[in-house]
Amino acid sequence: MGMTIAEKIFASHLVDEPFQGTRVLKLDVVMCHEITTPIAIADLIARGKDRVFDSSKIKAVIDHVTPSKDSKTATQAKMLRDWARRHNIKDFFDIGANGVCHALFPEKGFIRPGYTVIMGDSHTCTHGAFGAFAAGVGTTDLEVGILKGVCAFREPKTIRVNLNGKLPKGVYAKDAILHVIGRLGVNGATDRVIEFRGEAVDAMTMESRMTLCNMAIEAGGTSGICMPDSVTVDYLWPFISQEYASKEAALAEFKKWCSDEDAIYERVVDLDVSGLEPAVTFGYKPDQVKSITEMAGTPVDQVYLGSCTNGRLEDLRVAASILKGKKIAPTVRAILSPATPKIYSDALHEGLIDIFMEAGFCVTNPTCGACLGMSNGVLAEGEVCASTTNRNFMGRMGKGGMVHLMSPATSAATAIEGKMADPRKYL
Amino acid sequence: MKTFGGPALFLDRSDINTDEIIPAKYLTEITKEDLKPYILEDLKLPGFDPKGEKIKASRVVVSRSNFGCGSSREHAPWVFEVNDINVVIAESFARIFRQNMFNCGMAALELPKETLDVLFGYAGFADTAISVDIEGQKISVRGGGKEESVSFEISPFDKALVLAGGWVDYADSKY
Ligand code: SF4
Repeated sequence: MGMTIAEKIFASHLVDEPFQGTRVLKLDVVMCHEITTPIAIADLIARGKDRVFDSSKIKAVIDHVTPSKDSKTATQAKMLRDWARRHNIKDFFDIGANGVCHALFPEKGFIRPGYTVIMGDSHTCTHGAFGAFAAGVGTTDLEVGILKGVCAFREPKTIRVNLNGKLPKGVYAKDAILHVIGRLGVNGATDRVIEFRGEAVDAMTMESRMTLCNMAIEAGGTSGICMPDSVTVDYLWPFISQEYASKEAALAEFKKWCSDEDAIYERVVDLDVSGLEPAVTFGYKPDQVKSITEMAGTPVDQVYLGSCTNGRLEDLRVAASILKGKKIAPTVRAILSPATPKIYSDALHEGLIDIFMEAGFCVTNPTCGACLGMSNGVLAEGEVCASTTNRNFMGRMGKGGMVHLMSPATSAATAIEGKMADPRKYL
Repeated sequence: MKTFGGPALFLDRSDINTDEIIPAKYLTEITKEDLKPYILEDLKLPGFDPKGEKIKASRVVVSRSNFGCGSSREHAPWVFEVNDINVVIAESFARIFRQNMFNCGMAALELPKETLDVLFGYAGFADTAISVDIEGQKISVRGGGKEESVSFEISPFDKALVLAGGWVDYADSKY
């Protein structure tokens, strides 16, 4: 009987099945940031177990609040920094080299098809774009991951989402995933892996696939996952060219992970993307999705472009192509936070940063910042933000604030008009 | 093993998320105890006061579906733990929240809607208390002069975590 990619990864990483339905897996990468890891470190110290299972498999970054905004966040950063030094964790990224974890780690080539990845962060599902099983976990799971290099999961059931057809102009991976979440509901994929398939996914860049997988958790999914293909190989080639004789050889190896033709899915969802419109959320749950046509004209106070969902170079390019030679509306303030230093620097060299600044954007250093309402653009009570992030919960970007999720293109058009606007007329 | 039971707090809404349970601005606290005053601070629900006496006295939370959705923050179970609430009963949970509860040696118990409605039948009484027998897989509810009990399903792994007091000790002794 055929297996899904998630089943293959589970089978190849199985350490123990302590009880039926519970699989303890060996981990290839354990990622850490300064919000959820310090408490794990403190607990390990308190237990007299301040050890790491393999310092080369641990990646750490200070990204949520950086540079630190007060004594407490400085203490969290210090705890992570001291720990990384103490355990000789080479892949540790501090100010000057740091960026949003789920944008930074893929860019460094840390993720490979067939890997198991955990992080104390719900959007770890992003890394499934590489054909890995990547799951967000809590601090205790992270602690055990750091100490032992294992994590327990329930058997993965897979929902296959086929994105058929071709994305129309002005409609992007973000619009597609918002539609999928609208279809599945916020708990439609709880305890499930969402496998993204179909023509539209095959045509996507790795960056777009990351946007897709990033939001699997917003439907409750454990991991999003895409099939590794030549796009994956091309992206990873700078990191793997020493390991494989040719790209073809790498592709042949990676393809082994792909779901078998006769794999069994719990559910298959078909979506023809060629008829999709740009999408915007309207409530406090990510499955409350409408088309821009229905939402256009809604005034906003702030536009936020960034995060692990849509703070990558292709996102900045799309937004800049709309903003070029234009100014943001006087009633709105706009913030761009490129997700990593490399993205920032590439955008600078391409002249994108000039376009944003001339349009009236404030450009910040790479950080999570306003995405989770901790710094760099927190909303006041009653304010509304058009945002390229992934979560619109009440108060997410600041107590009493409202967040509307949308694509970088829609957010750029919205910045120009000061109210939600259809990006298609600017393309 | 922790104790599971006492006065019950009913939160009659689905999709209560981790930002409502503990807002992100408190994630800079380094100790669990510091989280204590902020429990459910951003939850807006008719008749619910996050700073009121009811929440202080409660030892069990009963809610609807997809409880604990959103972030992976274990601060959500911790804020319950430091408020002496070691068990949450709901129709369903978000995966990470549920796993975090058991990883801390706490319990996130799922009941089918009809069974959950039995418990919600006691939501109107001021004296409603719930006790949970993890080993016997039984929930007893008492209030307004009535008393009933229902059984629940729990995976053997989750049960083992509760009995072991959490995942760190369990995993460290085994792997
Ligand atoms: S950018 Fe936002 S969603 Fe992504 S890791 Fe940072 S806080 Fe989380």
